[in-house]
Amino acid sequence: MVSVSVQSEDFDINAEIEALRRENYDVGAIVTFTGTVRDIGGTLKSMTLEHYPGMTEAELERIAQEAEKKWPLVGSRVIHRYGALAPGDNIVLVITLSSHRQAAFEAAEFLMDFLKSKAPFWKKEETSEGANWVDARETDEAALKRWQD
Amino acid sequence: MDIKYFSWIREGVGSAGEQLSKPESVSTVHDLLDHLSGLSDEHARVLGERVFVRVAINQTHVTHDHIVADNDEVAIFPPVTGG
Repeated sequence: MVSVSVQSEDFDINAEIEALRRENYDVGAIVTFTGTVRDIGGTLKSMTLEHYPGMTEAELERIAQEAEKKWPLVGSRVIHRYGALAPGDNIVLVITLSSHRQAAFEAAEFLMDFLKSKAPFWKKEETSEGANWVDARETDEAALKRWQD
Repeated sequence: MDIKYFSWIREGVGSAGEQLSKPESVSTVHDLLDHLSGLSDEHARVLGERVFVRVAINQTHVTHDHIVADNDEVAIFPPVTGG
């Protein structure tokens, strides 16, 4: 079962894992990925994440459904935050559950690769030098190619 | 059409969006971007480099050759940077 949230509040990784374990049977593998605000060289003051209410949720839902089609997952959970964040804060959580580890590992990577290139979020960094929008990385687009066959 | 701007395109245009009737000359996303670029110098500047302009119609990603309709919600934004 797919569950997606877009929220300003922080998330509790252990509580999310526990909820998924309670709801699902036949779980032999749980993979989690947490993305956090990186403070490059100690210059970052804050980061603001803009999103597109409606489409962001719909796009994450589409990506998660796609993962459930490709791998025999027992469940998955995606949480992505928006709004003002501080260095070290959580940004994104992906949890995948399956009977065996390979599906959970691969699906978590797939979810993050697609999320980074498709989910409508934009990061703006506030540094000691001023504010700037983060550039998209070509490596993110390239990461999608390995899932195409 | 319900046009929405995000990120540095929103800041560059100086507005979160605009409402307009689909002009006769507009049939694709590409045509619409040409039309919007003509609205002001600010529009022209941020929409000029088309390689950085992504579009979603009715909350689904589309390419610039996609056909647009008068009742579409059209979101215009730079490449996404979440995660």
